[in-house]
Amino acid sequence: MDRNSNLYTFIFAVLLVVGVAAALAFTATTLKPLQAENVKKEKMQNILSTIGVNVSRDEAGQQFEDYVKEEMALNADGTVNESVDAFKIELMKETKKPKEEQAFPIYLAEKDGKQFYVIPLFGAGLWKEIWGYVALGSDKNTIVGASFDHAGETAGLGAEINQSWYEDQYIGKTIFDENGTFVSVRAIKGGSQPGDIHGVDAISGGTITCDGVNAMVAERLENYLPYFKNN
Amino acid sequence: MMAGDKEGLFSQKNRRLLIDPLDDDNPITVQVLGICSALAITVQLKAAFVMSLAVMFVLVFGNLIVSLLRNMIPNRIRIIVQLIIVAFLVILVDQVLKAYAYDVSKELSVFVGLIITNCIIMGRFEAFALANGPWKSILDGIGNTIGYAVILIVVSFFRELFGSGKLMGYEVLGHKGKTLAESTGLYHYGYENNGFMMLAPMALITVGILIWFQRSKNRKLIED
Repeated sequence: MDRNSNLYTFIFAVLLVVGVAAALAFTATTLKPLQAENVKKEKMQNILSTIGVNVSRDEAGQQFEDYVKEEMALNADGTVNESVDAFKIELMKETKKPKEEQAFPIYLAEKDGKQFYVIPLFGAGLWKEIWGYVALGSDKNTIVGASFDHAGETAGLGAEINQSWYEDQYIGKTIFDENGTFVSVRAIKGGSQPGDIHGVDAISGGTITCDGVNAMVAERLENYLPYFKNN
Repeated sequence: MMAGDKEGLFSQKNRRLLIDPLDDDNPITVQVLGICSALAITVQLKAAFVMSLAVMFVLVFGNLIVSLLRNMIPNRIRIIVQLIIVAFLVILVDQVLKAYAYDVSKELSVFVGLIITNCIIMGRFEAFALANGPWKSILDGIGNTIGYAVILIVVSFFRELFGSGKLMGYEVLGHKGKTLAESTGLYHYGYENNGFMMLAPMALITVGILIWFQRSKNRKLIED
């Protein structure tokens, strides 16, 4: 067949595309369970890291069972929704629903006899989504650990939110002021004042990402206020 | 080469395919291809190694596939066909890394996808694999990635060493504590990392210095 004819070109293109598509679909389907397992263990690792337990991904599954005593999905009014598996909630989908229909996952962990509340976060950064976990101490006020991550923030700037120097600033900050009003913890442009118990230093050049983190922390934590009030 | 012409697997000509890209015909410093990833991925040695391996996989198999199909690919859509082949291999690498080397895949994140845009790959498909047999194309692929890898590794060696005082993630210059007293090694005497080395411009300058060095040493590259 003439290699320059339209028919040949067309047939070649179709065969190539169908062949490549089939091969990729096959690989993606075969590797899916392994990839899902990695994502799941990473999530466990992140949750554990907020309560100060740093483990390798291989050990994450076992350690998670040891430390995390309860996984709950909450309704907007703070009551427990028994019908939802908290670990399987995908916040990316969940946050698109109206507040009243959302399920809010929370993990109750215990370490050295102390109780921790780990709350998953999800929000928007500059380029793509950002997410993370915040662990509150038994007073439901003091942050004992935070872990953030992102899908595509600018390397060296916004992407710094997943570095420990940034995350560790949240430790010891409180989300309620002395009157018991919810104020959240904010990253402050230009640096937080010494002694500010609701503020951390924002990242130079990463302002929009930090604004995203602020909005995410405030918006997500607020949903748990009814639960904290009742328990 | 004429049909029936016997040529050894590692004839002098074939050996040149492997060796030329290391110096005389280096993809980065002489052909000036693949500069983008040389800037982006050279902050750490480890990432440079992994990136080189991934590029080697894509380029060697891509060259092989293009070479095998070279008498079938319709001329008018050859660029698109090459693109599909690169994209296919890159997605394959990405999926396999996600399943078996999750940490590495996180570290490389967007750069794996960027292999597609690595000019070395399309450049070698178009300039070599479309016109040569499979074995030669494989050698060309290996040669060019090694040439690429050498530059990547040299650049990232200097960037990681001076930028963060580490090599392969190990603190070779000592540990930097909060105060001088807490620091060990060079940091104990007040040494500071050069943050500028972490930024892309220094990669360009480092590559520039390498090109300068290479041109002053290699007589074939000296222009009048």
